[in-house]
Amino acid sequence: MHNGKWMKPTQKISLADIWRWLEEVPDPEIPVIHVVEMGIIRDVSLEEEKVVVTLTPTYSGCPAMQVIETDIRTALANKGVAHLEIRTVLSPPWTTDWLTDGAKEKLRAYGIAPPPHSTDKRFLLTGEIREIACPRCGSTQTQKISEFGSTPCKALYRCKACLEPFDYFKCL
Amino acid sequence: MMEQPNIQAALFDYLLRLGDNSLILGQRLSEWCGHAPELEEDIALTNIALDLIGQATNFLNHAGTLDARGRSADELAYLRDAGDFRCAALVQQPNGDFAHTLLRQYFFDAFQHLLLPRLSAAQDPELAGIAAKSLKEVKYHLRHSKSWAHRLGMGTEESHRRMQQALETLWTYTGDLFELTEGDHLLMREGIVPDLTGLHDAWKEEVLPVLDACGLPLPEGAYFFEGTRKGYHTEHLGNILAEMQFLPRAYPDAQW
Repeated sequence: MHNGKWMKPTQKISLADIWRWLEEVPDPEIPVIHVVEMGIIRDVSLEEEKVVVTLTPTYSGCPAMQVIETDIRTALANKGVAHLEIRTVLSPPWTTDWLTDGAKEKLRAYGIAPPPHSTDKRFLLTGEIREIACPRCGSTQTQKISEFGSTPCKALYRCKACLEPFDYFKCL
Repeated sequence: MMEQPNIQAALFDYLLRLGDNSLILGQRLSEWCGHAPELEEDIALTNIALDLIGQATNFLNHAGTLDARGRSADELAYLRDAGDFRCAALVQQPNGDFAHTLLRQYFFDAFQHLLLPRLSAAQDPELAGIAAKSLKEVKYHLRHSKSWAHRLGMGTEESHRRMQQALETLWTYTGDLFELTEGDHLLMREGIVPDLTGLHDAWKEEVLPVLDACGLPLPEGAYFFEGTRKGYHTEHLGNILAEMQFLPRAYPDAQW
């Protein structure tokens, strides 16, 4: 790039800077939460002059992953990161337990019922949680409409108290 | 010294099998987009298709690293001809009606639900990682297709009749899901992939009680179609490939 004179050389960037900048990258499908609190950034490291960001996908075929990668490249380039490598790891597989509590609260406020912890007794016993609280009115009188929703990570529910349909971020 | 290339070729072939199964079934399910009997099922079937195509990408990417010709996942998916595909006969079968699609899906989900926990203990860490990742998704797929198998099998006279029809068409194509090649036996002997003998019996233990509970008898005198691991496929594979591969073949190196 010709305007290299105002670009910070990569070696002066700290890991803490990168983590902070990544917090400015929203999830493209649920823009109220960012990629760090989603738990999909597995590692950030500096290798000589190169920044390496290691990602893990939520679902194998999640189409948002490609957008997220582009968004990270754009965000870090805007901060002056000249050499970036994005790696993808599958193991250990992503789990909704890696969503931070703050992220779960943001989901609820946005109208998406957050996932319970995967070691929740009711989940272990039946593979599903029977009591999903409506993110709008809080009632647990809710009903599953479909196991699959608007994105791979969501299921479709309806509240029998306030009659609103809503998304539920399913436990993975 | 001669062992090494054989193992690599065997693992390549094995990964093609896994990737091609997911790829072709994903492509089949995506044909329902905009056509399912209700909106929720339209979304469900295409979500499952998306998971399967994601799994296929992972398996084929890994296969590409072992390929003597170093092909990418896209090249493996879009530039091989039918004889070089390794997918099972079941996933090649046309969608038919909704009962047909859901029974095919239940048979495949039950198979994957038994296979993937075994593969997640594979010595090859990449294969184990893909399997562990996929298994989480397949649990949802199985819950969906199994509940539909019950609902349609025990539902109305018409839904029951259609399930019986689907069973009579599909049963013959379920045997080769479990076909093991000499290469597979080599991989099992070397401990690279877990022992998969006994998988067919475990699968029958899962599906037969469901069919029984629905009052769906197996077709009499059925034989099992075989040969897909050697590239001998049903007539339907060529047709689905013609559709799936048209664009990348007509516009080579086109980017999304």
